[in-house]
Amino acid sequence: MSVETPDIADIRADSVGDFYFPENHVYDAGYGLSEKTIDYICDVKNDPDWVREFRKKALKVFEEKPMPTHWATTDLNNIKFEEFRYYLAGDRKAKRSWDDVPEEVKKTFERLGIPEQERKFLAGVEAQYDSEAAYSNVKKVVEEQGVIFMNSTEALQQHPEIFRKWFGKVIPTGDNKFSALNSAVFSGGSFIYIPPGVKVKHPLQAYFRINSEQFGQFERTLIIADEGAEVMYMEGCTAPKFETATLHSAVVELVAMKGAKIQYVTVQNWSSNVFNLVTKRGIAHEDAEVRWIDCNIGSRLTMKYPGVVMKGRRARGEVISIALANTGQHQDTGAKMIHAADETTSNVISKSISIGKGRATYRGLVHIPKHLKGCKNNTECDALLINSSSRTDTYPAINVRGNEHATQHEASVSQVSAEQIFYMQQRGLSEAEAMSLSVNGFINDLVREFPMEYSVELKRLIDLEMEGSVG
Amino acid sequence: MSVAAPIAEPEMEKPSSPPLSSAPTELTPDFSKLEDAPEWFQSRARAAWEEFQALPMPGLRDEHWRYSQSKNLSLDGLHLAGETTEAEKQAAMEGSKGLSHVAARLIFLNDRLIHSQTDGLEHGVVVLPFAEALRTHGDVLQQYLMKRKADLGSEKFAALHLAHVRAGAVVLAPKNAVLKAPIEIFHWVSGVNSLVFPHTLIVAGDHAQVTVLDHHASLRDEVAQSVAVADFVAGNGSHITYVNSQELADSARALHISSTTVARDAQVKALQLQLGASFARSESVSDLAGEGSRSDMLGVSLPFSSQIVDMRTLQNHLAPRTYSDLLYKNALYDKTRTIFSGLINVADGAHYTDAYQKCRNLLNSADSEAVSMPGLEINADQVKCSHGATSAPISEDELFYLKARGIPDQESRQLIAIGFVEDVISRLGHEELIESLDRRIEEKFARQAA
Repeated sequence: MSVETPDIADIRADSVGDFYFPENHVYDAGYGLSEKTIDYICDVKNDPDWVREFRKKALKVFEEKPMPTHWATTDLNNIKFEEFRYYLAGDRKAKRSWDDVPEEVKKTFERLGIPEQERKFLAGVEAQYDSEAAYSNVKKVVEEQGVIFMNSTEALQQHPEIFRKWFGKVIPTGDNKFSALNSAVFSGGSFIYIPPGVKVKHPLQAYFRINSEQFGQFERTLIIADEGAEVMYMEGCTAPKFETATLHSAVVELVAMKGAKIQYVTVQNWSSNVFNLVTKRGIAHEDAEVRWIDCNIGSRLTMKYPGVVMKGRRARGEVISIALANTGQHQDTGAKMIHAADETTSNVISKSISIGKGRATYRGLVHIPKHLKGCKNNTECDALLINSSSRTDTYPAINVRGNEHATQHEASVSQVSAEQIFYMQQRGLSEAEAMSLSVNGFINDLVREFPMEYSVELKRLIDLEMEGSVG
Repeated sequence: MSVAAPIAEPEMEKPSSPPLSSAPTELTPDFSKLEDAPEWFQSRARAAWEEFQALPMPGLRDEHWRYSQSKNLSLDGLHLAGETTEAEKQAAMEGSKGLSHVAARLIFLNDRLIHSQTDGLEHGVVVLPFAEALRTHGDVLQQYLMKRKADLGSEKFAALHLAHVRAGAVVLAPKNAVLKAPIEIFHWVSGVNSLVFPHTLIVAGDHAQVTVLDHHASLRDEVAQSVAVADFVAGNGSHITYVNSQELADSARALHISSTTVARDAQVKALQLQLGASFARSESVSDLAGEGSRSDMLGVSLPFSSQIVDMRTLQNHLAPRTYSDLLYKNALYDKTRTIFSGLINVADGAHYTDAYQKCRNLLNSADSEAVSMPGLEINADQVKCSHGATSAPISEDELFYLKARGIPDQESRQLIAIGFVEDVISRLGHEELIESLDRRIEEKFARQAA
């Protein structure tokens, strides 16, 4: 289908990514989800038989699993799965140079400031336009180190021996309803393999965006850092606004082998009509470390609980999370820390800001089973409420067995200090500026964890979200 | 498994049982015995029985039973507690050596009043057995009896309680009545598979002050179940202090559902002491309904062997300028489990709320397990709310300090555990009550050592 395109000059830039370009899809699986949809996707993508089988099994699991509304928001019931299109692709082959990228896609990325960031900081770019990578550029230096960085579709065909070994192992199909959905219709996403001992100096990056009305995007990312390897991966999301809900349901699996280190950074800024239901989990083997650095802005509903399974001795897991919920938005985010070996340590720091009628929820799980020794967890959740109708919730669950562990959880809810605002206004700042400065101060220690260009963008996004929230 | 819980939680139960349309005939109430009761009570009891039969047993998908299982309170094979012998009555009387100075003491055995002493009451405070209160203060009971719906998971059991409640204490303190001495109530259970329904209702008028100590105990170590309900209504500026001391036998099972309504400038302190029972569950709701109201929710559990203690709480801030403070401490031994699930809810418009919630677990064995689920739901922005949860073993430094002063290891550990829970007990601010609870805690340690 095609969407009427307004003149660029007429577009109100309410938030970054709040615009769209005409669609031009060569492949379209149509509306709704059935075995026929799966066959269409498999045929178009030339999937091997095992993938076809995998997808069809996943579809059954998805259909059987109930919506998790016994603990989650009933807004999930408003998702009409039959009204989505599950596969669209503009050009199935990833582009190798910027010149080959379609002009309309370039415009979109330019509006988001991607090329500039790429020139400055990025070692490799994997930008996804709808279901397929529209641009892929891996620096020579990274290739020379033996790093494999490509989209998941390519990886499935070119590196099946590595891909199949780990695919679906960290997050099984039946983990939850939405991981099952992703397993049935996954398309695109990144695959990264870092050979033993290789430390990738520059962050690898991919951008995803949705540019079709009623279109669900189901990227699947798999990152494997072999023994002693180190990598930072960055992901950013924006979506143009449409009147009907859009569905984004990704699965991200990370595998950190012995002594490896993976940092996964997300700055997400979906528009307020997107259901963003994401399953992210990493496995950390002996002495390995998995860090999720997550910033969630926008969307109608985000459900995302990055997790780390600490499988090897002395493994470390960390989730640093910022959530900003404005009117009409519900950020239901958190962390899962599963200790499965001795002397494992985990740390969760979560900060949320609720503006207008926005709702931010922290949902966490810390699990330390019996017969383990010397496990430690620290969890801190802080919530800031900006307006009287703002809402915040915290639902942690800490399950500890045995007398050789230490866990601590602390959460606080507060509002911007009136004295602080008064102090700043005394020094010539407007109330809105003072409020923005105060909010940025609240999350500043976490923002510093983000790569530099992201932290700049983050502050700008927060300023945009704060506009009109006071006074 | 849900998105929120990727790991198989321990001891999963089968999905919800179908509604108990055919409730055990042993549990069918004999409504003919209610002929003397007020009409409103008869109809409420009948409606409650209907509700009990219609409601399913809580199952896997019930968030209020997360990490726990309602089958631990299975009613199969249970029967209403029956008549007792003179010897049993005598044993109950002898076991009810509680506080030395009380304003009143009621002793129940199998939901039947066996002793009533009310000579210490003053300022118009009345303490009545439930059946008598129905006759003489029916209007008060009609106004307050279980008006706050149980909504922390045990609606079915609350309905069963209301269908069967015949015994318990009703404490009514008129306006400005300050009762210094505490009121002590004993609920004894006897007989294998006996089921009892102890009830406590405390209504404190404006600026009244009253202290109540409830004991739940077994005559012998046998399977039995107590489904208790306690409701507290604190009028403007009043003070209520309440302790539930659960000392049932290790084979018994206990459920205690309590609700508190705190009016303007009133204060309620309620402590749950869990010492006995193979499975003990408490559900405590505190509605802070008036400006300036305060609720202190306290809990101590000392599970040994394979005991399970399941605690669910709600600090419900409904009015502006309210204060609540929750402190639950659990010292776990052997193969025991504790589950704490607490929620601070700040309603829309309940500004200037100051709420705190803390659950601390002292893990003393490799097989003990503590689950903490402290929660916040905040719908107002002018608030100060926080919670904390910790789980850790005894500090090696503390242990070394005591051992260096010649105190043996076992004794040092016990001292540290007693000190650990003491700061909860001491918050009661009532010396004789504190001494009494300390004594029971020490007795429990002595029994375990033996």
